[in-house]
Amino acid sequence: MTELMEGSEAMASAAISAGCRFFAGYPMTPFTELLEHFAKRLPPAGGVCVNAESELEAVGMAWGALATGARAATGSTGQGLSLMQESFSEITLAELPLVIFNMARGQGDYFQSTRGGGHGDYRHVVLAPIDLAEAVELVQLAFHLADVWRNPVLIHGDYLLAHLAESVSVEPIDFGPPPAKGWAVDGELGGTGLSRLVSPLGLGKHRTGGSDGGGSDGPGIEAHLQAVAAKLERITMAEARCETRYCDDASVVIAAFGVPAKFVRYVVEQLRAEGQSVGFVRPITLWPFPTEAVAAACAGARTVAVFEINAGQMIDDVRLAVLGQAPVVGIGGISTDHSGFGVGALLDVELIRSRIEAVLSAAEVPA
Amino acid sequence: MTEPVGGRLSDARLVAPDKPDLLLTTEHNLCPGCGEPLAIRILLEAIAELGQVTNTVGVAGIGCYTAFSASLDVDLVQALHGRAPSVATGVKRMLPDRLVFTLQGDGDMVNEGLQEVLHTAARGERVTCILLNNGVFGETGGHMTAATVLGQRTKNTLEGRNSEYHGFPIRVADLIAQLDGAVYVARGSVHAAGAVARTKKMILRAFESQLAGAGFSLVEILTMCPTGWFIPTVEGPEYLDGTLGQVHTMGELKGRAER
Amino acid sequence: MTSPLTRGTVTIAVEACKGCELCIDACPPRVLTMSTAVNGLGYRYPELHAGCTGCAACVLVCPDFCLGAWRYEQPVTEP
Repeated sequence: MTELMEGSEAMASAAISAGCRFFAGYPMTPFTELLEHFAKRLPPAGGVCVNAESELEAVGMAWGALATGARAATGSTGQGLSLMQESFSEITLAELPLVIFNMARGQGDYFQSTRGGGHGDYRHVVLAPIDLAEAVELVQLAFHLADVWRNPVLIHGDYLLAHLAESVSVEPIDFGPPPAKGWAVDGELGGTGLSRLVSPLGLGKHRTGGSDGGGSDGPGIEAHLQAVAAKLERITMAEARCETRYCDDASVVIAAFGVPAKFVRYVVEQLRAEGQSVGFVRPITLWPFPTEAVAAACAGARTVAVFEINAGQMIDDVRLAVLGQAPVVGIGGISTDHSGFGVGALLDVELIRSRIEAVLSAAEVPA
Repeated sequence: MTEPVGGRLSDARLVAPDKPDLLLTTEHNLCPGCGEPLAIRILLEAIAELGQVTNTVGVAGIGCYTAFSASLDVDLVQALHGRAPSVATGVKRMLPDRLVFTLQGDGDMVNEGLQEVLHTAARGERVTCILLNNGVFGETGGHMTAATVLGQRTKNTLEGRNSEYHGFPIRVADLIAQLDGAVYVARGSVHAAGAVARTKKMILRAFESQLAGAGFSLVEILTMCPTGWFIPTVEGPEYLDGTLGQVHTMGELKGRAER
Repeated sequence: MTSPLTRGTVTIAVEACKGCELCIDACPPRVLTMSTAVNGLGYRYPELHAGCTGCAACVLVCPDFCLGAWRYEQPVTEP
């Protein structure tokens, strides 16, 4: 059943369809409505939404809920997620399946999302929907991937994604039964010698006896960190996703992500219809970055242009994928409204078109 | 193990076992004379006495006592420094029938996590926070916390805490007792056998108030840290009573119960 | 000289002791004294004399869980 819904409402609804039963958050534009919708919809679904007194406490509460085996999420905009970074690092080490919503201001949180703003070797799967229809699928996919890999997954949205209303269907997607969570705490193994420890440290419970006290049943800090790093490597091999159009015979390939990519894609379709030799590549997972797909898409290009609403972040990953095969230029930039939260002048198909045309002429591509 | 003096164990009954049943190992690398293990004993005994052994989830903060995350035989979530109260909130909201406690030091709760415990108490979350207060950051080597008392010498207040430069200590149990969501707040200590026994009763009362669904409870337990206090181990109890105990005063601050 | 009545006893895990001496002062009848010998860790450890009442005060104050307290069915005196 399709309904006209604001993005925040549709995403909250999709999360609940996916089995999310805990959310904690702190108001911050343009994420606030997501909190409002969770607060309204979770209790009737048998879940809990806590209005946390700070972002730091919100992620802590989600951590506790995750430890009990529940599907749980938190979110904010980039600034609020900055406050949660220590916990994000450690939740990744504790191998808990947190889903994080970033309703970003512009696209300047690409580095924060993909490199991680926290300490240590950790990565989150980052999904960047182009519109609400894709967001509703990716939100459900997020909970599935988080459980499959026991790793956080971040939904990278923005002001438009959160506040545009579109007709969407939030029917639950069947990913099969979620994995069993024998590691989750419920108290029941207390006193048996087999009680559980959910910890980022890899140290485990002190189960073995012996005259020297024996050892812990965990792998130890070093082995644990290495195991998590190895898991992230396996995620890299398995979960990259990308959309490409017309790259087989494109002289200029434009790369973009998230909602702004919809504007770029529209322009590419327009130019293509006029016979211009342009192609389009859109990473859907910002991490793992679809390096191979982007490299293949740009293999025949004379120039690669990256459109993003920031000072140049995804362009680094595009350059790494292209690896010198063609020059990579940025055609985006910082652009926002007077509030700093929303949509700036750069998100305009005429403006984007003129920038792409400039790249086409500079590349001396015959019309 | 030594031989009994005066008779045979077969002619005697066990009055107090060396370790609580819920402690997986007595090995820990805490200092001689540390008060924290004494608090751990009564915590575990209280859980068992209330019949909550298979109904308890603990949340540990970061400090010397983190050593016990590996040896408490109850389901446990290891949290970050200061963050146990919010983690405990998430646990209790998902598992409302469990007995949920946090185990934190003064550096953890009164410094890094002051906001967390105040909010958790104000919300009346049905969890029990256990504060091990020795007036120092023990694990980093004995540094000033927000609970360190005036005049107390620590690694980074070698001349003694000075209000002019370092400000005043926070009596966190007193702060929390003022919040409507907190229903049982008490401060005990482990500097003498009698104090240990009284503090155990505080823990029992706190847990009972949680199980009755009444609201948030806090038991602050003053513990000896002769290493952090630069004193010989035997002087620990007297220092605790005479220094920390004069500022962080002992007793039930809120919610006296019959027991 | 009358011998003290010994109502109880404690078992002492000598090798686990870290020599903190908290049990010495905690004992109401003062029947624990520190040894002159040292254990494997290099610490002196408590030794029990006659007169223990099995009150378990020492058990409550030992940070290393070295002590277990017992009470005899019949009090004994040392020969």
